[in-house]
Amino acid sequence: MARTTRSAALAAAAALALTAITGCGAADMTRQASPYADAKGSRTVTLSVQSWVGAQANVAVAQYLLEHELGYRVDTVQIDEVPAWDALSQGRVDAILEDWGHREQEKRYIDGKGTIERGGDLGVTGHIGWFVPTYFAEEHPDVTDWKNLNKYADQFRTAESGGKGQLLDGSPSYVTNDKALVNNLDLDYQVVFAGSEAAQITQIRQFAKEKKPFLSYWYKPQWLFEKVPMTEVKLPEYKEGCDADPQKVACAYPHTPLQKFLNTRFADGGGDAAAFLKKFRWTTEMQNDVALMIADQKLSPQEAAGRWVKENETTWRSWLPS
Amino acid sequence: MTATVTPVPPESTGSDASKTPVNSKTPADSATSVTSASAGAATTTTPAPASTDAGPGALRALARHRGRLIGVCTALALVLGAVLLGGGGWPTSLAVDLSGPLDRTSDWIIDNRDSHPLFLYFLGHVSNIVVVSVRAVYLVLLALGWAGVTAAAGLLAWRVAGVRLALTSVAAFAACGLLGMWVPTMQTLALMVVAVAASVLLGGLLGLAAGLSDRMHRILRPVLDTMQVLPAFAYLLPVVLVFGIGVPAAVLATVVYAAPPMARLTALGLRDADAGVVEAATSLGATGRQRLLTARLPLARKELLLGVNQSIMMALGMAVIASVIGAGGLGDRVYQALASVDVGAALAAGVPIVLLAVVLDRVTAAAGERIGAPAAHRSALVRNVAALLTAAVVVGGRLVDGLSWPAGWTLDIAEPVNRAVDWMTAHLYSGVPLVGGTADWAGHFTTWVLGPLRDGLQWLPWWTVLLAVGALALLIGTWRTAATAVLAMAAIGVLGVWDPALDTLSQVLAAVAVTLLIGFALGVAAARSSRLGRALRPVLDVFQTMPQFVYLIPVVALFGVGRAPAAAAAVVYALPAVVRITAQGVRAVDPAALESARSLGATGRQQLFQVQLPLARPSLLLAVNQGVVLVLAVVVIGGLVGGGALGYDAVFGLAQGDLATGLVAGAAIVCLGLMLDRVTQPTQRRDPAGKGA
Repeated sequence: MARTTRSAALAAAAALALTAITGCGAADMTRQASPYADAKGSRTVTLSVQSWVGAQANVAVAQYLLEHELGYRVDTVQIDEVPAWDALSQGRVDAILEDWGHREQEKRYIDGKGTIERGGDLGVTGHIGWFVPTYFAEEHPDVTDWKNLNKYADQFRTAESGGKGQLLDGSPSYVTNDKALVNNLDLDYQVVFAGSEAAQITQIRQFAKEKKPFLSYWYKPQWLFEKVPMTEVKLPEYKEGCDADPQKVACAYPHTPLQKFLNTRFADGGGDAAAFLKKFRWTTEMQNDVALMIADQKLSPQEAAGRWVKENETTWRSWLPS
Repeated sequence: MTATVTPVPPESTGSDASKTPVNSKTPADSATSVTSASAGAATTTTPAPASTDAGPGALRALARHRGRLIGVCTALALVLGAVLLGGGGWPTSLAVDLSGPLDRTSDWIIDNRDSHPLFLYFLGHVSNIVVVSVRAVYLVLLALGWAGVTAAAGLLAWRVAGVRLALTSVAAFAACGLLGMWVPTMQTLALMVVAVAASVLLGGLLGLAAGLSDRMHRILRPVLDTMQVLPAFAYLLPVVLVFGIGVPAAVLATVVYAAPPMARLTALGLRDADAGVVEAATSLGATGRQRLLTARLPLARKELLLGVNQSIMMALGMAVIASVIGAGGLGDRVYQALASVDVGAALAAGVPIVLLAVVLDRVTAAAGERIGAPAAHRSALVRNVAALLTAAVVVGGRLVDGLSWPAGWTLDIAEPVNRAVDWMTAHLYSGVPLVGGTADWAGHFTTWVLGPLRDGLQWLPWWTVLLAVGALALLIGTWRTAATAVLAMAAIGVLGVWDPALDTLSQVLAAVAVTLLIGFALGVAAARSSRLGRALRPVLDVFQTMPQFVYLIPVVALFGVGRAPAAAAAVVYALPAVVRITAQGVRAVDPAALESARSLGATGRQQLFQVQLPLARPSLLLAVNQGVVLVLAVVVIGGLVGGGALGYDAVFGLAQGDLATGLVAGAAIVCLGLMLDRVTQPTQRRDPAGKGA
């Protein structure tokens, strides 16, 4: 008997405590900060890092300056592009520093919900395309026109592509029209998805080591060009709207000025950090320098950023809030 | 009274827990191995009480009969099918396109997440509670400082498991710091503590219900059985959809993954409780509650602790995979290192996970061992001394302001590891004289094995695949398992992913074949030579706990992009369990049988093939089953290195937030898993004579 009442009392107490912790009101799903944020009473900024090294370079430099110049603590989380928008909207991350253009998400979160704000240009222009290694393009100059690709199909053949030439594609999170392109341009190629950028880079480097020909989906700016020089294959010219229907695309990829995006609440109340991130703007070469230190010299992102910051003070001084 | 036929596995895993260092090793898989073994025990124990004695003879006769019957029926169905149904893949008229409704669901959730009462008053709170608790644990860990945490871990291990484990724990935590991973380790630990606590609570409650009520047991068992074979990735997308990327989603996915073993072991423990003791308690007039608290639960202590142990291992196995949905911590470091193709850095973050797994596993296993022994003569005094010591270390740490790991005390393993990997891939990739390089092997394997297998499966008329699945399952299991297998396979067709599923199936089959070939050979060798066995053990431990992300890059560097590296990754992952189960089975063969064979003049070869292997058959079958389940669990990882098919679709769904593609692929993987598990599950068949099963 006594035991029953005691456990009942315990249960009641637990329930009470639970309600007390949560507050009985509504939970705010747009304020879902990371549990690791703000430890030790510091001001924290959470940045989303995409899986490619260029994005790591942006974040590394921003993190270095936020921590060393402005006294913030920075948490980084690796998230794929589309889910990052959702996380940004929920306040789990405060900013995306490099976005390659997601019209649908811009409409939903910026125009619709108003939970995300534009943060301006990153200063880097991105471009996606098809590339062959330069050593191969020099031997066969006409491979750089898509019309001649079929002629070389059997040189690009691998075990994985069966009887056709192999067009190596990368991570599933990247924007790609390659299947439709191969189809619509009547190319004798098979798109092979590497499944992750790491796998794609490793494969490209193995091909390059043996000077084998390959055709790959790739993008600029990218540090790998410094290690494996590649030449772009010309696809039918890009015109505004030619990629509107994903099934019927038969043109090249556009040149995209990369964008920054901030969580609205952070943009308004984020103080120096928000002001700094809005002003953060550098060039393709600068990003590449840092990316190369990370990916090729295997420096940790923080060391690489530290090195760059030491040599480029004039550039980053102007980003700091006055 | 208690266990009836129990094949080798359950017992041997139990004794293994005492002997082997990291007993259950794989977070994901050993967990499966141990628990599914216990599941086997559960199924054999519960129903048929009388039939086992009458077993062998009648059973064998019936089985022979059955085999012929099944053969005739299959042939008949083949002829009928050829006439009525024709050839070709799954007919489109029988497929359902779910992309419309799934896209609408996903849109609805995103649009209403900030305003709908379901989220504001329920799911939002769940999410907040998770964040608050993880944060609380994290802050406590940070407040203890590195010295405090290490000391506390050491003292705790000392109390429950003795001096040797205490030293191991201290060394493990120190290594985490040395590798420069202190903060991520604490983040992962915080997440783990919350997730394991929730799993144990939830699993315990479910297990309690299933242990006490037969009806609950009947309802829960198939659900838990199914969850046991689900690959971890299948859980991610639905949670992400509801909670968004981040720690709450990661914790919940982990809980869903780690709770089932706790539930099934709790139920097993309660149902297995010595009836005599319970009877005695009843006759003494104990009420139901008293019986539960004073007799049944204490009797089930061993299973309960094994359940906790399994939950921990499963949760750690999820730690890296959950980084894909924003769990942070060590997993995120591994994941980020992947982006810069940095195996060394990935390894530096992977090693702490292995160490955590080793320490937690050994300590909980040791605690389980202790329980049977007479009450330890450690007094409250010892406990107080331990607590005081920890407090002293914490205060000391605070005084010298050494809460975070000293920056100078780190060891950079990334560079040497990368150099080693570079050397390996540069020298093995191609052009090795005589045997050819790994790239050539991969090419041949793709062209001569994977390609024909895939094309063959896809060429088969859809109904023959179902027929083959049904006949196989019927031969090995019961009509019930056969029905499940056929329905699962048909569901794949209905989902509209027939072709990619067969592509995945072909990869799984090829990888399983390689795994079994190597695994049986190594397992037998390890069983026959104790020196080799000892040498292999640590290697197996490491491979089983190592997060799969770490070996993605080496695998591609060796085998190129495509299905071959996916198969290689699967082999690496599944091999340890297969080797271990095989070795155990062969070792456990009755020495008397071996002795008599020897006295009859059998050569070593004859002993092996005519005595040891036939007697170890149940273990070998279990190894096949585990091999299949584990290989399938890596399919999604295979998608990351060019395996394509369902694995790629699942990754694509996560990466693009595309519910239609991701969920359908996930469901299809689940169905494949169910089908393969049922087709290879040897212990399921209860005696055909009883119960009509």
